[in-house]
Amino acid sequence: MTKILKKIYIGLIFLFLYAPMFTLIVLSFNKSKSRAKWGGFTFQWYGKLFGNSMVMQALINTLLIAFLSALIACVIGTIASLAINKMGIVMKSTLMGVTNIPMLNADIVTGISLMLLFLFFRFKFGFTTILLSHITFNIPYVILSVLPRIKKMNSSNYEAALDLGATPVYAFFKVILPDIWPGLLSGFLMAFTMSLDDFIITHFTKGPGVDTLSTKIYAQVKKGIDPEMYALSTLIFLSVLVLLILVNTLPAGNKKKKEID
Amino acid sequence: MKKKGLKIATALLASSVMVFPLLLNGCTSAPGAEKKEVYVYNWGEYLDPDVLDEFTEETGIKVIYDEFETNEVMYPKVEAGAVQYDVICPSDYMIQKMIENDLLQEINFDNVPNIKNIGNQYMESASEFDPGNKYAVPYCWGTVGILYNKTKVDEPIDSWSVLWDEKYKGDILMQNSVRDAFMVALKLKGYSMNSLDDKELEEAKNLLIEQKPLVQAYVVDQVRDKMIGNEAAIGVIYSGEAIYTQRENSDLEYVIPKEGTNVWIDCWVIPKNAQNKENAEAFINYMCKPEVALKNFDFITYSTPNVEARNLIEDEEIRNSPIAFPDLSEYDGLETYQYLGAEGDQKYADLWKQVKAE
Amino acid sequence: MKSNKFVKMLSIPYVLWAVAFIIIPLLMVFYYGFSNKEGKFTFTNILSIFQAVHFKSLYLALLLALISTVICILLAYPLALILSSMKGKNDHLIVFIFILPMWMNFLLRTLAWQTLLENDGVINNVLQFLHLPTLHIINTPAAIVFGMIYNFLPFMVLPLYNVINKIDQNTINAARDLGANYWQTLFHVIFPLSIPGIISGITMVFVPSLTTFVVSEMLGGSKILLIGNVIEQEFTQNSNWHLGSGLSIVLMIFIIISMVITSVFDKEGEGNAL
Repeated sequence: MTKILKKIYIGLIFLFLYAPMFTLIVLSFNKSKSRAKWGGFTFQWYGKLFGNSMVMQALINTLLIAFLSALIACVIGTIASLAINKMGIVMKSTLMGVTNIPMLNADIVTGISLMLLFLFFRFKFGFTTILLSHITFNIPYVILSVLPRIKKMNSSNYEAALDLGATPVYAFFKVILPDIWPGLLSGFLMAFTMSLDDFIITHFTKGPGVDTLSTKIYAQVKKGIDPEMYALSTLIFLSVLVLLILVNTLPAGNKKKKEID
Repeated sequence: MKKKGLKIATALLASSVMVFPLLLNGCTSAPGAEKKEVYVYNWGEYLDPDVLDEFTEETGIKVIYDEFETNEVMYPKVEAGAVQYDVICPSDYMIQKMIENDLLQEINFDNVPNIKNIGNQYMESASEFDPGNKYAVPYCWGTVGILYNKTKVDEPIDSWSVLWDEKYKGDILMQNSVRDAFMVALKLKGYSMNSLDDKELEEAKNLLIEQKPLVQAYVVDQVRDKMIGNEAAIGVIYSGEAIYTQRENSDLEYVIPKEGTNVWIDCWVIPKNAQNKENAEAFINYMCKPEVALKNFDFITYSTPNVEARNLIEDEEIRNSPIAFPDLSEYDGLETYQYLGAEGDQKYADLWKQVKAE
Repeated sequence: MKSNKFVKMLSIPYVLWAVAFIIIPLLMVFYYGFSNKEGKFTFTNILSIFQAVHFKSLYLALLLALISTVICILLAYPLALILSSMKGKNDHLIVFIFILPMWMNFLLRTLAWQTLLENDGVINNVLQFLHLPTLHIINTPAAIVFGMIYNFLPFMVLPLYNVINKIDQNTINAARDLGANYWQTLFHVIFPLSIPGIISGITMVFVPSLTTFVVSEMLGGSKILLIGNVIEQEFTQNSNWHLGSGLSIVLMIFIIISMVITSVFDKEGEGNAL
């Protein structure tokens, strides 16, 4: 393969991946509501977007659910990983097998199974049921990124701390947590993004008047798309871009810090 | 560095501890205690959103508003009982189904004095599926017909058969709801839209399968935007959308086909498991105010059964518009959907699935 | 030893959670799938997959998922090769550029394709402007395949990139020293070593494609019924939980089959993109 061919190929894939994004961005500045006509440049959809309390509420819900579900998944997942690390092979593989289920199973099956559960136990569908579902599918991602860190960890430090009179909880925060911190952080970020991106499971577990961005967009698609949605996608695209650039430059920063330490 | 980690960890723990009471709180709903809120479940784009704010301003009752796309999507949610709506706006046959399956409760009309604004003829039609007018307050009514774009169709249209015309391949929008789709096929064949006859239904199904290659998409609320945006030539649409779409795109024309069609009424009802019945009645009462009904009419342009509201319409052309307020005696073959029983529903659902899977 | 016991006790919250929100819900799917409305045991729901309607939708879902997966491999493999050969200070950034669309909301990504492919959409307007014949693929299986590829391509690129990137440069150099040319090295060295990545990519593309109902709904104009759409409609429109659950169990069987195939080829878990 010559260099030029490589470049062309990369360029084509790049076009395939970014043409849709670019289209949405262009349309968000289109004065005409129609996708076929260019009616002049405008910022009005951005103004309308921020004035639309329903979309803003959905945005708040999405972020809140993503944050809380990732956080709680981190707490439960980390505690579980500590235990799983000490388990015998049978227990361990059983529990890991169960842990893998929400990750490998089809979202639609996870969604309906949770819906059936909530219906049977007469949960009130709403914010809580979405949150519980998101925690459930987030925990495996936390465990998968924390567990390898715990395995690598030197357990004698922890035992030494206990011997020196530290309580297990104190020893956890002083000795274990700093060691597994990178794994925990990446688990948190992964859970956060999974939650942000989810539509299917939320679709089956949401209640009246509670929407996330995904369910809101789906409803909009069914009713006919408002150009506000293009403005929203542009903003999401930009924030994702900024976030990824930040995250991408972070590891380098971390390495430097470690060296100083 | 380590101290900072500890601080963050404590903060994480503390916030997760704070979240748990919130979780528990969400699971238990205090019965009896009526809150200042009302859960409304309505069709998409089926009222002026400003009306909700004004209702809250006037009564102090917060509206939690949710939308459904078809009667069929609405029903399982209410039946399952996991979501407790206070006011819903289903159509005639669905109200009949909900009454028969004991999902509705009687409205206390002492709290809905504005019912006097609803025309007698509409209360009478409602009594066909709600005997004695106990459960339902009419909100909108209309027909189902064909909306077409005069620049893309140069012949006059007066029959459902145009939806099977090869000329318009890829330019036809069909309704994505089982009863409306089968109504079109049954009426074309001259059958009743409430048919339970296996042979007739089989014929209708085959017609719909035959039509499928010509159909651009099966849609519900999207017909409106797609027709305005010139994305299709012909669409099956509820009469209420006709005035709105003509306002946005003057090339569009609405007709009621000669074979006859469905005359429907959507009504406000209160489900049995409603938590805020009095708020629901206050909401229904508010919706029956002439000024409010007028405001909604201006926004959604669906025919209102509210006689006082109709009298308030300033534009005489619209007040007497044959599209918004047709004289039904001029048309043949008009019918209203009836609930066909669990078995009938299943039959239609199975046949519809066969059409869709083809 | 005492502390060990304490640590093991820590698993209790998670075990309870997993039982409550993973095991019991799945058991409920099985309960509904194997019972009828009267609560009696039955195989009808499972066997209904052989009804023409359901079988067709499953067949179409399998077919479209297969096509999407194959195209994803064909597109992603050269890309992963090229990306892993670009060892520079910016290599991380380049990889990020290619997975960035994955972080966009799933529905917005699909919406974007709707906008592009529509009869009166962006692509056709460009084609018209250039006086070229227009495309009519919206609301056809082709549009759904486009949507699947677009949504799930990064899931194929990532594991492939990870696996190829991990191949020891010395192995490749050795092959080259022994006289293999570029293509021979590719087929006899790199390709066999990258199989775990391919396999893991296949499951990560195949399963979501097979089970989707959103892509087919949004890009198929409700004209095309995949097995995911059937299941969704049984729950949200026909309130037939028994049939919906039965078909879900059938769907899970296909997922398990693809998992088994994966674990046979990917014993080391090397292809894990995470």
